[in-house]
Amino acid sequence: MPAVQETIEQVRALDVDKYKYGFETQIESDLAPKGLNEETVRLISAKKGEPEWMTDWRLEAFRRWQTMSEPQWARVHYPKIDYQELHYYAAPKSMSGPRSLDEVDPEILATYEKLGIPLKEQEILAGVRNAETGDGLDGEGGGEYGSGRVAVDAVFDSVSVVTTFKKELAKAGVIFMPISEAIREHPELVRKYLGSVVPVSDNFFATLNSAVFSDGSFVYIPKGVRCPMELSTYFRINERKTGQFERTLIIADEGSYVSYLEGCTAPVRDEHQLHAAVVELVALDDAEIKYSTVQNWYPGDAEGRGGVYNFVTKRGDCRGRNAKISWTQVETGSAITWKYPSCILRGDGSRGEFYSIAISNGRQQVDSGTKMIHLGKNTSSRIISKGIAAGRSDNTYRGLVSAHRKASNARNFTQCDSLLIGDKCGAHTVPYIESKNASAVFEHEATTSKISDDQMFYCLQRGMSEEEAVALIVNGFVRDVLQQLPMEFMAETQKLIGISLEGSVG
Amino acid sequence: MLEIKNLHVEVEGKEILRGIDLSVEDGTVHAIMGPNGSGKSTLSYVLAGKEEYEVTAGEVLFNGRNLLEMEPDERAAAGVFLAFQYPIEIPGVGTMTFLRTALNAQRKARGEGELSTPEFMRLVREAAQRLNISSEMLKRPLNVGFSGGEKKRNEILQMALLAPTLCVMDETDSGLDIDALRIVAEGVNALRAPNRSFVVITHYQRLLNHIVPDVVHVMSRGRIVRTGGPELALELEEKGYADYVEEAA
Repeated sequence: MPAVQETIEQVRALDVDKYKYGFETQIESDLAPKGLNEETVRLISAKKGEPEWMTDWRLEAFRRWQTMSEPQWARVHYPKIDYQELHYYAAPKSMSGPRSLDEVDPEILATYEKLGIPLKEQEILAGVRNAETGDGLDGEGGGEYGSGRVAVDAVFDSVSVVTTFKKELAKAGVIFMPISEAIREHPELVRKYLGSVVPVSDNFFATLNSAVFSDGSFVYIPKGVRCPMELSTYFRINERKTGQFERTLIIADEGSYVSYLEGCTAPVRDEHQLHAAVVELVALDDAEIKYSTVQNWYPGDAEGRGGVYNFVTKRGDCRGRNAKISWTQVETGSAITWKYPSCILRGDGSRGEFYSIAISNGRQQVDSGTKMIHLGKNTSSRIISKGIAAGRSDNTYRGLVSAHRKASNARNFTQCDSLLIGDKCGAHTVPYIESKNASAVFEHEATTSKISDDQMFYCLQRGMSEEEAVALIVNGFVRDVLQQLPMEFMAETQKLIGISLEGSVG
Repeated sequence: MLEIKNLHVEVEGKEILRGIDLSVEDGTVHAIMGPNGSGKSTLSYVLAGKEEYEVTAGEVLFNGRNLLEMEPDERAAAGVFLAFQYPIEIPGVGTMTFLRTALNAQRKARGEGELSTPEFMRLVREAAQRLNISSEMLKRPLNVGFSGGEKKRNEILQMALLAPTLCVMDETDSGLDIDALRIVAEGVNALRAPNRSFVVITHYQRLLNHIVPDVVHVMSRGRIVRTGGPELALELEEKGYADYVEEAA
């Protein structure tokens, strides 16, 4: 069975609970003491065996962060976070020393298996070639590049536990590894690009991340290389009262292409968990990066107890001519989402895209959107946002499209559609448009609708349950965006949409 | 099959059905005719279980089960199908996807397995061909931008696929030209079977030239005021409903 099919089957086989990823993994953790000070920062840096320049970079960020205050402008409400009450580093105890699948704690492997994430390469390859006996992750004999295979970096709390297909990717010259490793093995690349898209002092959460980030993925695609498979990272928060601060850096050199997907889940907890990630993308001349997210952190219960605070800074820089960066996000989880994957269209002729499905139910609060900053000539961008609000949730689209003085012929098309389910939720659209160049053409369309009683009755009369009907209608509503997802994840996402909206009617 | 006894129904406090009695035997076609506002469409919605209709008295038995206690989707899975007078548009949902979701939902409710893709495709193709429905039409979002005729043919396609035992057709002939009417009628006739019954609601006799009923009822002001054979439809065509409106008042 092809890997992807297998993934989907596995996900399907899981219990379709309200939040089906809510289980906890019982493992021993190496936990940093609660609280944040210079010592914590040094401890994290030391745990990762980082060079001095990296430690200094973190400390500089930490000092900046102490002078900053949390942003207040988003339409989200939450009690003040006590940053001294959190752990900033948690690692499964068994995870030191060289990584091969043999050495990964079986409990963690079981966790990823439950999540439907295939980590065993030989199983993944089974559909492409006959099953082999070799079980080391870096075993020889990669075989042909098959379609539908996905290389996975699995991040558990603060560390990357395993990265699959590294050898095979290396053959193509692609570097795909935990960022902690990249800092040691490719310092020249990391130093050149880290913080070059999201500066250390960018915003409160990004600066916090810069000080204490623990792990995440690093990707480098060399000139002219089309990455032979989908790259993907699965993030899992397990430990209690832990912040997860991952850092992802993707560089697509001239004329290269990569498609990357991240997925996120967390156990059910009655306290809130903080997740403050930074993702930086750099696309050089004629390069293309497609970045997809399926975010399904624990959203909290119907009364708003527990759930992940997802305060994330994601930004891509089309640094070269005709570069292209495309963000696709499916946001169904988290108690609060604060996230604006953006594109800086610096290179002439560059293109940015943002496709979003944001679903909120229960007491979830979503404030998400994008920024398209047109700097170069003949740059274009496209924004399609589909917000679905149910229960007592609030769902805000917040977006900025701007053309700077030199951005002649900048083009943008924005479409923001909101769908309301029930009468206790809210949908808000807050678009900002700034143009300093008279030749820019920006188009904005927005709609707000409700699922009509007639549509529901029609579906019920044909035999669907209320939940099936809502899932079907919502999937139709988000179709334009679904089509942007890698094929393999469409079916999974459609199902996820249905699950997220359970209990939203009746 | 269907037994309606002394059915009274209100909408927003206003009584629309004022004591309907109707008995539909297995394998028969009953036509219900009558002027606008006589309660024909209300009857069809009540049978399908639409929410805002309040049953104040009477009972409806469907194969011995109390239909009024069942949810709309349970009624569908039990074999009640309503061909809508105004089929609903669902943007972004492909017609094929809709059909498959509906069919599998009903199968699941009856404890049957999902159909495989090839099995499903074969079923749809056969039914679509009979109704002159192109594969292009099946790819379009459900009823979005469909012509009146396409919408009605699509209703009959769903009826053919879901294979209900009780088919309630609410003015399926409205908005159809002669050719479309013939295609729809042939589609319905092909579905006639000893274990399947039809309640055909219409204003006009012309549909009944194609779908020949066993029994014709005349409804006026929320009651069935006369029942007869197919010849009753012809008589109505000639004389109109004026007499019945007077009678029921």
